[in-house]
Amino acid sequence: MTALTDLSLAAMKAGLAAKDFTARELVAAHVAAVEAARPLNAFLVETPDHALAAADAADAALAAGNAGLLAGIPLGIKDLFCTKGVETTASSKILQGFKPTYESTVTSKLFEAGAAMLGKLNLDEFAMGSSNETSAYGPVVSPWRAEGSTAKLVPGGSSGGSSAAVAARLCAAATGTDTGGSIRQPAAFTGIAGIKPTYGRCSRWGVIAFASSLDQPGVLARDVTDNALVLEAMAGFDPKDSTSLNVPVPHYAGALSADLRGKRVGIPKEYRVEGMDPQLVKLWEDGVAWAKDAGAEIVEVSLPHTQEALPTYYIVAPAEASSNLARYDGVRYGIRVAPEGGSLADMYGATRAAGFGAEVKRRIMIGTYVLSAGYYDAYYLKAQKVRALIAQDFERAFQSCDVLLTPTAPTAAFELGSKTADPIAMYLNDVFTVPASLAGLPAMSIPAGLDAQGLPLGLQLIGRPLDEQGVLNAAYALEQRAAFTAALARWW
Amino acid sequence: MAVDDKMVARVAGLARLTLSAQEVPHLTAELNNILGWIDQLQAVETGDVQPMATVMPITRDWRADVVTDGAIQSDVLANAPEARHGFFAVPKVIE
Repeated sequence: MTALTDLSLAAMKAGLAAKDFTARELVAAHVAAVEAARPLNAFLVETPDHALAAADAADAALAAGNAGLLAGIPLGIKDLFCTKGVETTASSKILQGFKPTYESTVTSKLFEAGAAMLGKLNLDEFAMGSSNETSAYGPVVSPWRAEGSTAKLVPGGSSGGSSAAVAARLCAAATGTDTGGSIRQPAAFTGIAGIKPTYGRCSRWGVIAFASSLDQPGVLARDVTDNALVLEAMAGFDPKDSTSLNVPVPHYAGALSADLRGKRVGIPKEYRVEGMDPQLVKLWEDGVAWAKDAGAEIVEVSLPHTQEALPTYYIVAPAEASSNLARYDGVRYGIRVAPEGGSLADMYGATRAAGFGAEVKRRIMIGTYVLSAGYYDAYYLKAQKVRALIAQDFERAFQSCDVLLTPTAPTAAFELGSKTADPIAMYLNDVFTVPASLAGLPAMSIPAGLDAQGLPLGLQLIGRPLDEQGVLNAAYALEQRAAFTAALARWW
Repeated sequence: MAVDDKMVARVAGLARLTLSAQEVPHLTAELNNILGWIDQLQAVETGDVQPMATVMPITRDWRADVVTDGAIQSDVLANAPEARHGFFAVPKVIE
């Protein structure tokens, strides 16, 4: 029999329904896997008691015939989601010891659906990073290694604990958040699938804020079907989030279709950047061939402001972050550093200096600068205008196609420490993912192949607003043809 | 637009970040590197484009004007580094 940790989420559901195993057995196997994988540093907090209690409740519900969509399914929760009574730090020192007295809407919905939380997953500090190396609690190590190498690789970021945990088979799926690519890029780096829904589809209530006009909760899981199942449980209107969309949530998994006949897949020519890795070019061509094979018509489209998306993002996101992170002042939660005999302002300054890491400070400084008097128009207002142009590009492109196909990230996973000295080199990781974030569009990464070193590469699908189903369906068609099998050897 | 050490110190003051004397020149160099890169936006023709502040058109429903929360003082104070007599406690503000 296959190990319980090797099953997909859909297979776990089927096994539980058929009474092949109990939720307790399923969850216990994952609790053990989490403990054995501590060298990956994927979990900041392990919550086996929470997981096993949910498993017992799921077994009772399964026996009674009233089990929820995710009854007994072991999940990892990114540590950006507030969880009642369980330490939540956003991987920052400034929130050390913070135990929320409330539950985020997304985790509430997952728990109501019967999911079992294995623990809280590591991330880049306040989700600011693309490699999980800015975490105050140490980087996450990818379960992947290049062929013939033992060098430690990054799992991507900011949802690096989530991607590593799913890829290493520690949990069936994990929550993530995506501000500029924080679900899709780590999914691509670790050979799994991840979806960022339309902005407003999942509630941000109880999610620690980074850049409020961009932040969106989503899913990382092994395949498209599993993503569809978890998204369905997470999504939905929430009166507590003023940007939550009051629209019905489709039954994504039930409606999955790999038949793309009558669909047009757009290839944005501006994504074919000069000097692109030939392996990535080949992968993208494979994707085009798979889409054709599934019945789709391929059309070339233009997104003229693609080049400007990253610099726009690095004005808008830090500006919003500098405002959001003003709340960490040593008064209401987290750490406090009060210099002897110092004033209230001294306490604010010292607390923030001690509590924030280098990347967070950099972004607070950039954000404060671009919002300050005399610079607001030149930077922030200008960026908001370019953002409008970027969104209009997508609107125009979707007049001639239904979904866009692009690579997810410009490279495969890189070695720990290889890009930390150059912030801009790190920012460039998100060159293909940031435009859809700025436009608020649903987008997904699926594992599509391996590079010459045996490391996973991902393809990205971007859809119209609220058309997660179209994204999932196109991804589903490509997934069947890519036939990606993770060649992951356990070394930890 | 480039920043100098004086500007970096001013912005750090606005952001309530105490910087050491060594940190300032380091941050000045880093910020100039990043600002030099984002300056490419100045070349984009934006004419009378309306700035985009929200990505999805949302119209909010009116809700009943009723209390939905409250009476959770101990919850609010549960994570405070220092709380006294049901309040957050901070260093003396008024001399």
